[in-house]
Order: sequence, then structure tokens, then C-alpha cells
Amino acid sequence: MDDRSSLDALISECERVAFDLQFARAKDWKHDPAASGRWIAGYLPIYIPREIIHAMGGLPVGIMGTGDRMQIIKGDAYYQSYICHLPRGVVELALAGAFDEFDVFLFPSICDVIRNLSGMFQIFRPSAYVKYLDLPQNFSPGVGGTFYRHDLENTMDGIRRHLGDTLKHVPRGEWVARLNYSIHLYNENRRRIERIVELRQEFPWRLSAVDWYHVLRAGLAMPVEEHNNILYELEGLLQEERGRKLDNIRVVVSGAFCEQPPVGLIKTIEMAGCYIVDDDFMLGSRWIEGDIPDDTDDPLGAIVTAYLDHSTFSASLYEAAPASGTKVERLAELVRKRKADGVIFASASFCDPALLDRPELQLGIERAEIRTIGVQYSEHTGQFKSIKEEVGAFSDSIKLWDSESGTHTWLPTVLEG
Amino acid sequence: MAIAPPPFFKAKPPAKPVEVVKERSMLLQKEMLAKQFHDLSAAKETGRKVVYTFVPGNLSELILAFDMLPVYPEINALQWGMRKKSGSMIRDAEKYGYSEDVCTYVKCDIGMFLNGNIGPTGEKLPPPDLLLLSYTGCFTFLKWFENLQKLYPGVPVAMLHTPYAADGKITGEMVTYMVKQLEEEVIPKMEMVSGKKFDREKLSQHLGYARDSEDWISKIFALTKQKPSPIDAYFAGVYYIGPINAGFRGAESAVEYYRQLYLEVAERAAHGKTPVTPEGDLEEERFRLVVEGPPNWTHFREFWKLFYDMGAVVVASSYTKVGGLFDEGFRHDPEKPFESLARYCMGCYTNISLPERINLLERFIKEYKADGFLINSIKSCNSFSAGQLLIMRELEQRLGIPVSFIESDLVDPRYFSYANIKNRLDSFFQMMEQRKRAGSHHSEGRGSLLLPIVESEAVA
Ligand code: SF4
Ligand code: SF4
Repeated sequence: MDDRSSLDALISECERVAFDLQFARAKDWKHDPAASGRWIAGYLPIYIPREIIHAMGGLPVGIMGTGDRMQIIKGDAYYQSYICHLPRGVVELALAGAFDEFDVFLFPSICDVIRNLSGMFQIFRPSAYVKYLDLPQNFSPGVGGTFYRHDLENTMDGIRRHLGDTLKHVPRGEWVARLNYSIHLYNENRRRIERIVELRQEFPWRLSAVDWYHVLRAGLAMPVEEHNNILYELEGLLQEERGRKLDNIRVVVSGAFCEQPPVGLIKTIEMAGCYIVDDDFMLGSRWIEGDIPDDTDDPLGAIVTAYLDHSTFSASLYEAAPASGTKVERLAELVRKRKADGVIFASASFCDPALLDRPELQLGIERAEIRTIGVQYSEHTGQFKSIKEEVGAFSDSIKLWDSESGTHTWLPTVLEG
Repeated sequence: MAIAPPPFFKAKPPAKPVEVVKERSMLLQKEMLAKQFHDLSAAKETGRKVVYTFVPGNLSELILAFDMLPVYPEINALQWGMRKKSGSMIRDAEKYGYSEDVCTYVKCDIGMFLNGNIGPTGEKLPPPDLLLLSYTGCFTFLKWFENLQKLYPGVPVAMLHTPYAADGKITGEMVTYMVKQLEEEVIPKMEMVSGKKFDREKLSQHLGYARDSEDWISKIFALTKQKPSPIDAYFAGVYYIGPINAGFRGAESAVEYYRQLYLEVAERAAHGKTPVTPEGDLEEERFRLVVEGPPNWTHFREFWKLFYDMGAVVVASSYTKVGGLFDEGFRHDPEKPFESLARYCMGCYTNISLPERINLLERFIKEYKADGFLINSIKSCNSFSAGQLLIMRELEQRLGIPVSFIESDLVDPRYFSYANIKNRLDSFFQMMEQRKRAGSHHSEGRGSLLLPIVESEAVA
């Protein structure tokens, strides 16, 4: 196979896994006749420490909604029109039995919809272990850190109790080694992701944002070892020049951390003349910035510290004069790092966390002389005509300015309203 | 399409407005609130420090112990809603960039800020000296104060993360986490802002008053178990919870207010009286309801009238428990000040899990002998609303009683559709009437009105 066809094959395989709403890859993994004691933990956006599940012999599987791949019927009967779309798809899947072989469900504390969905799952799936993971909003090690550690320990105890004999007892020394190894694998995963993000920053035409999205999303539904191999292979393939460089502007997309944008929207942004050089689509996979130490005697402590000190910025995280800067500063920094021309704020309709962040974030970014535009979507939106026009106008205005000034400077927005 | 009401259903002709004789408790409440607003408007001169904070999981006793003055942005928003002024504020916030989709309490508050921060009494509210972000039971609180932080740059924020009681219990670790936050985050910030040292005894004294008020309010709401109920636990209930939720919970004046209120309600109960409505005493209690969800404020009187015209009385409601589940036995404890504050925050209605909410509502329906269960689902409020349709299905299945579902918003008048709500309620009352005539609560043919109103219908 030449590079082109291996890249195509790799991406179409990722797309298949990413949007397989029956989670066949995960289920095959669980029932591999050559292995025993395997189990699946479904988790909702955004972030959970997947390392722990991995070290306990489970497969963490991201439940990111149904996108536009499924008609929602039952799920709609559980949600009023003014609640975001994500939980409808999740409920639809739950009621259709797609999660029947999942043993554990983890609901991280990001908003009231996910929070209440955890209660709904306690009712829908009484035979599974359902845990709301209360990520602390206090970042002091002795306060939020201690609480978080307890919560993780309780989660592990709960999983152990639930799975009973499925889990072999592991002596402490072996557990430490296992968890360190899992940390190592996920460090590798994040590193490889960042390397491809950097490659795309330089050569965005080599891999479209949609293709990259599929690769990233596939990683939520397969073992990390396999995803690491895919990323490695992809990185190699991207060394070669491919695609055609277009006269596109470069944008960062922000605000799409939970309910995912429909693939059609990502495509539309690109077709309207933008290279997406960074985004928060699969934020959980990139939540911890940098490596977590993988050689300590206390790997759980390392995971806790990484959350307290090295979390990325997000609407779900309290911004308390963090050492690493405010959300505006961090987003502006990301724009500069990626040499982007602007920010597209894209959030799910009815998403309180994202939409309540937006006005001040947009204002702050514009004050930093970075141009912005805002759009709202729903994971199953199928029409993008007006978004295409708006984004096209945004991209044209930036290009026009650049060609007139002959320079690449940050300007206050002219597109407000 | 409107359904023609059966004969028994004809609304009674409008009663003549009645001169409602103000009870002593009402006068007391009026005095308390007037003084609070006066103190706030004079804060600059008197030098008293102002704390902005939220109702659920509020730390009133601590605020009182530091002699600070509380401002509750939700209460301002609801009062603007009742005065029919919230709509323009919400629009101003939307012009500023806030999405139509987000909580309208936040937008009303931001709109009020953009319009000079004039409070509902017409007096300018002082800016905060401290933003006390005790975010209990609602994630939006966090976003709300992050926004205020930008609007009031430099004002310190004390964050109190209240763990969610997802597994239906409060563990020692959760309590410890909160106590540590109180000790290391909240109290030091309050000391810094107030310039006063924390006084444990003073806090305990206020907790003692809180406990007494909680005793009285529990007794008051228990009286609605009687038939007929002497009060409406929702429409009148929202007035009764005013002082306990608006900063007076640990004040001596609240004890006196609730003691007085109890005497008045108990007297009504002793005489077999029905609830007081804006048009005088209810003629007859025909339907007893349990209601889940906050009320609509922009059309509060119209909304209430839809119920009392039909002789429907709310005997228990979840909304009156957002500031604490006192009738479930929780009391602040002067002996364990921090622990009881922590347990209080974690035990508020919107901080308990969905299965626990269902169990609680089931108990209400049984203990208060309700004929039907109604949800008023609020567009703004994911905390309450996400999952409510499942709550209704579960209760209908468990109890086989008539259930219904209506939708409105707290303070956005665009989401109050009188016709839709009335149609829905008419069918609901009809169902209960039929049930009554059949003489059984648990017979076959149970009905429900499960489908929510399509939003486009609700937006006039
Ligand atoms: S899209 Fe937003 S509101 Fe919906 S579940 Fe996700 S974070 Fe919550
Ligand atoms: S979402 Fe609900 S609880 Fe939260 S601030 Fe808005 S109305 Fe209040």
C-alpha cells in the first residue's frame, strides 16, 4: 500500500471506530477469548483519569453522544426542548442496550445535566456501577487534593466491590508498577497527540481537521496501546508532503468540549477558508498538560497533583486567579502559540457552562487584539449554510486585512453583532 | 386546541378584590426586609461590608457572625421578575453577548448591573466587598460569579465547593473537605474583608437561632398535612421561606417571625380554614398537589390564580426546600458549627441525587395525601429540570396518580404561555376530578400528560 492509501485506510478505520455507536471494538476487547477479567468503564465528557481504569484492567470508553448518526426518539422523551442534545443520544443508547456490556459508568462533574444524568443512570442501569466523580474546584493539595484522592479511592473501591472476583487481588507493589505503566502509556498518548497537533500547526493541509477529529475520537473507544500505534503511524505518514496548501486563515476553535460539533460543522469551517490549528473537541484526552511522573511510589498522588496543577483551562473548571493565568490569557496564549489569526467560539446550544463563559472570553480575546466569531450548534445539526457564510466572511475579512497591510497583526474585531 | 371544560369545571366568577388583613407575621417580614435594604443602601456610610452570595447552601450565620450584609442576586432577579421589569434586563444582557439559551437569573442580574445596579426597591445596591461562591446544587452559580468577578475586578472571591450527594449520602470525607474549605478559604477571606476576627461563639449563637427557626418552619409546613390545608405550600410558601432564605436564618428576628407565623397558621388549621389567596380565603380545597420545580415569577399572580380558581392547593413543594431540607430533620448545630454548615450545604434539595429527589417526592405525595403531582419545568434551570421527565415517569409508575408537566421560566416573560399552561392544567384537574369521582387514588386508567410543550409554542 502506498502512503496515501495507508493514510486513507487508517483514517477510515478511525472514523468507523469513532462513530460505532455499538462500541464493537470495546466489546470485542472485553470478550477476547485469550484474556479474562476484562471490563468496560464508560465515561462522559470531559475528563476522567483513564490511567486508573487501565491499571485496574478495564477499558475506559468515552461516551460523547451520538452526533448526527442516530435518530433520537426515546431520548427526546426524557428531555425538554431547552436542554442540550448530548444526553438525549446517551439515553437513547442506554435504552437501546448499547451499553449493556458496560460494567461501570463515570460521570465527571462538569455541569448539572451530566450530574443529573448520573442519577438517571442509577435508575436505568441498576446492575452497573454508576459513579459521579466530583472533581474538586479547590486546588490546594491538602484540601481539594485530599478530597479528590479519597474520591478516586472510593471509586476504585466501588469498582472492586462491583466487579468482585473479576478483579484479581494485586499486591501493593504490583499495583504501583501497574499504575505507573498506565501513566506512562497515557503520557505517550498525549505526547503523540501534541506532536500531531504541532505538525498540523505547521502543515494543516496535510491532514484535514475532520480526519484528525476521527483519529482523536477513535482513541476514546479503543485500548490506549492501539491508539498509540495509530498515532505513531500517522505521525510517520504526515512527514511526507501531501494535500494542497490553500490560502486559508488559521483558527483556534473553543467551547466545544462536551457535546461535540457535528462533523459537518468542522468540514464547513474548513471549507469556508479556515485551517483549524487547535480546538477543544476531545479535551479529556488532552486535559493534563505535559507528562505525569510515571516512576513514583505514589502514582495515585501523581495523578491528583497533575489534576490540581496541570489541568488545561475549561468552562467546567473554576478560574481562581490560577498560577498559569486566566482563561482569557491562556486562550490568547494558545492562539499565539499556534500562530492563529482568530478564534471561532463554537458551543452547543443550551450549554450553560460554555455559553456563560463566552461573552467575557470573547471580550477578553478581542481586547487582546485577536479576532473572533461565535457560533452555536447541536451535535445533530445538518444545515450549515449560514455558518458557512459567516465563517467565510470572517476568513475573508482577515485575509483582506492581511493583504492590505501586508503584515500579520492582531486587530480588534470588526465583526461584532 | 383548547378542550371544553366539563360543567364541574367552570371557573368561578372573579371574586371581588378583598381587603386582606395583614397578619402580624407579614408585617414582621416587611419590616425585616425593609431594614435589610435600608442597611444595604447605607452600607457605604456605615462601613458595613457587603457579601454577594446564593440561596442554596447559603452561609447566613457566618455572614451574621462577621456583621456583614448579604445580597442574593437570585432574589433580586425574582423580585424584578415579579415587578415585570426583568424582561428588559435580560434583553440588555443578551445584547451584551449572553446567549438566549442560558439561565435568565444570571442575565437579569447582569442586566441589572448594566443598568446601574439599582435593586428592586429602587435603591442602588452597593457593590460587593466579597463574592461568596458557595455553589450548592447548581453549576451555573460558578459561571455566574466568574462573570461577576470580571464585572467587579479586584473583589475577592471565596469559593466553597459543595460536593454533590450523588450516592444518596454525605460521607465524612465530604464533610472534612467542606470544613477545610471553610477554615482555609472562606473564613480567612471573610476576616480579611470584614477586618474582624472570627468569633466562634458568635457563630454558635447564630446557629442556635437558625435551629430554632428551622424547628418552627418545619412545624408550619407540616400543618399542610391536615385536610383542608391551612396554607398553600408553594404560592404562599415562597413568601414564608423569604426570611430563612434571604439572610435571616441565623437571626433572632427570624425566630420571632417563624414563631408568629406558626401561631397564625396553627390557628387557621385549628379552625379548619383553607389557604388565603390574593382573593381571600379559598372557598373549598378540591385538589391537593405536590409540585416540583420553581414557580414562574413574571406572571406569578396569574399563575397562582389558575390553581386557586380550581380549588387546587399545593400541599408540598420541592422548591421551598432549595434553602434546606429542614422537615427531613436537618438542624444547624451550635455545638458543631462547621460540620453543621457543611452538612446543611450538602443537604439542600438541588444537591441531592435524582433517585433521592424521587424518593422524597414520593414521600411528600404519600404523607401529604396529594391527589396529583405536577412539575413546573423551568427553562433556565438545568439543575432542577434535567431529568424531570424521568422523575415524573417514575412517580407515575410507583404511585399511579395523575401527573402533569408544564413549562415556563423564572424571570423571562417570553417563556410564559398562559394558554398552554391553562390547557395542560385543565386536563390535569379534569383527570383528578374523574379519579375522585371514581373514588380511588390507585385505580386503573391512570393518566399523564407526559409530553412537554414544544418550545416554539411556549414562546409567544
Ligand atoms: S453540552 Fe454543556 S450543558 Fe450539555 S451536558 Fe455538556 S457541558 Fe453540560
Ligand atoms: S440554573 Fe437554576 S439553580 Fe442555577 S442559578 Fe439558574 S435558576 Fe438558579
